[in-house]
Amino acid sequence: MSAILALAWKSLMNRKGSVLLTLLAVALSVALFLGVDKARTGAREGFGNTISGTELIVGAPTGSVNLLLYSVFRMGSATAEISWPTYKEIAARPDVDWAVPISLGDSHRGFRVMGTTPDYFDHYKYGRNQDLLLAEGEQFEDLFDAVIGADVARELDYTLGSPMVLSHGLGQADFGSGHENRPFRVVGILAPTGTPVDQTVHVSLEAITAIHVGWETGAKNPLADNITEETIRSFDLTPKTVTAIFLGLKRRGTILTTRREINTNRGEPLMAIIPSQALAELWSVTAIAERALLAVSIFVIAVGVVSILTSILTSLNERRREMSILRAVGARPGHIFALLVLEAGLVGFLGAALGILLIHVLLAVVGPLISAHYGISLIGTGPGLTDLYTLLAVTGAALLAGAIPAWMAFRRSLADGLSIRL
Amino acid sequence: MAEPVVLITDLRFAWTSGEDVLDIATFRLEAGERLFLRGASGSGKSTLLGIIAGVLEASSGQVNVLGRNLSSLKPAARDRLRADHLGVIFQMFNLVPYLSVVGNVTLPLRFSPKRRAAISGEEDDEARRLLARLGLTDETLLARRVSDLSVGQQQRVAAARALIGGPEIVIADEPTSALDADARDRFIELLSEEARRTGAALLFVSHDASLASHFDRSVDLGEINRVGMTV
Repeated sequence: MSAILALAWKSLMNRKGSVLLTLLAVALSVALFLGVDKARTGAREGFGNTISGTELIVGAPTGSVNLLLYSVFRMGSATAEISWPTYKEIAARPDVDWAVPISLGDSHRGFRVMGTTPDYFDHYKYGRNQDLLLAEGEQFEDLFDAVIGADVARELDYTLGSPMVLSHGLGQADFGSGHENRPFRVVGILAPTGTPVDQTVHVSLEAITAIHVGWETGAKNPLADNITEETIRSFDLTPKTVTAIFLGLKRRGTILTTRREINTNRGEPLMAIIPSQALAELWSVTAIAERALLAVSIFVIAVGVVSILTSILTSLNERRREMSILRAVGARPGHIFALLVLEAGLVGFLGAALGILLIHVLLAVVGPLISAHYGISLIGTGPGLTDLYTLLAVTGAALLAGAIPAWMAFRRSLADGLSIRL
Repeated sequence: MAEPVVLITDLRFAWTSGEDVLDIATFRLEAGERLFLRGASGSGKSTLLGIIAGVLEASSGQVNVLGRNLSSLKPAARDRLRADHLGVIFQMFNLVPYLSVVGNVTLPLRFSPKRRAAISGEEDDEARRLLARLGLTDETLLARRVSDLSVGQQQRVAAARALIGGPEIVIADEPTSALDADARDRFIELLSEEARRTGAALLFVSHDASLASHFDRSVDLGEINRVGMTV
């Protein structure tokens, strides 16, 4: 068999040009398939790693996916808020270990601003229960202190002490909506986490209230600009509302009971979600699109394999003489069959291997960009079992496809005998 | 006298759903003999060679090659017999385009452990020795793609391939029809000389009766085939 494999190899090398094109078709199709798959698993892992240690997230009633997206992933926005007294009530529940309120809705040059309490940095965990760590500086203490995520610092070139102006709403800063007379100061920069935390500006809840003094109606009060920093500091800045609450429970076992009790709260209508469950719900929605994408990329691989078949089939006629020669020097029809099947298998194997190489090189190059822009970490999805299975499956499919021309050549070699037809 | 290497008796052959192409009462090829088989094109000589080589099966009659009755052998056993004991030279385009000159010569050894075992020393050295005997010594020539060789050179490479590993029978089917007269005579001389040296019986087929003088014996297929000329 190794002799036939060597023959198959030499035969392919003899047709380098067309073989290379076929190889490329297979490689690109495999790279596409693996790229889709890696983006999918990368996105899932990235999302799954964003929050841990938080048992429940409480917000105003909305879709559970929506609540998860705006509270954890800073995607979309809340439709309603929770009142401060309700937050106090929830935090005081006997089964609640800790409660961290967050307040969203403002942005700084495209990055979301989140008001919270210093507890956030103790209780919010990501990945495998990893804490948020400060790379530089310290947590916010003063009203106008801000702790920024790693991406914010990098992209805006902020260092400790950099002044920043927060704008109302979520758009890029435009002058009219700026809170120009409420200058903030960077006091801490968080270490990178690969989560939306990297793209968040953290300030105290009171700071969120403070920047909205004069904005109570939703638009800027003409007098707002006349309020000085000192006047603001003298106000009672206890927030009236918060956007969501992260909860940790005393005992994990009560998670369902607690959730039900919050959901059926008699006062203000509330909604509590379990992050992992909401994520699963999100995946069940995206699974349809994922499956469609995977199906398309599998079809593209099929096209690649068919191109192997085509290239061998078209070469079959001109190789009829070669087959007769091989028969004459003692090759059995089985050898002829094996030769063509192995040629197809080799192209499939090499094409798939090239495709795997291609996608990993590509990920190594553009992976950091994707993770910076979309927070989806494709790094660490190094060569794995999926690649191995894909390699085997494509090689297998190519061997099977090769069986068609191989069978034709096999039949023909029986019929042709030693006579060589021009 | 030793047993003939090919012995055919009462052979009939017809393609499926057709008239007989061959009807031969008897045909012999003795061990070490150099036999000229004359036959016009369409006389069924390629068919006869196919039967002797074991890739075609006689409709009836006996075909013995090296004492073995081909019709009693399974196709795989016939293929093995051919691989081990037969060398074949075609009219032209004898060589596998993607193999080197030496690779083409050693090709039969890939399929026959017996012929491989018959070689003492390196396969490639044996190939080079055979090529040298057939007048191909130039290393730059040996390094060329086989399709860049002249037809005469290609035929000599094919002859070296047929002879390597010392098969008992060498079949040549019109090997000189694409050569000019000088090259033709020289090719036949070299081939018969090498066949004599290795002790192989040479069955040389051609339509050109004038070549008969180069051989020990001559047979006219038109005379032994009772079907006569088919068109």
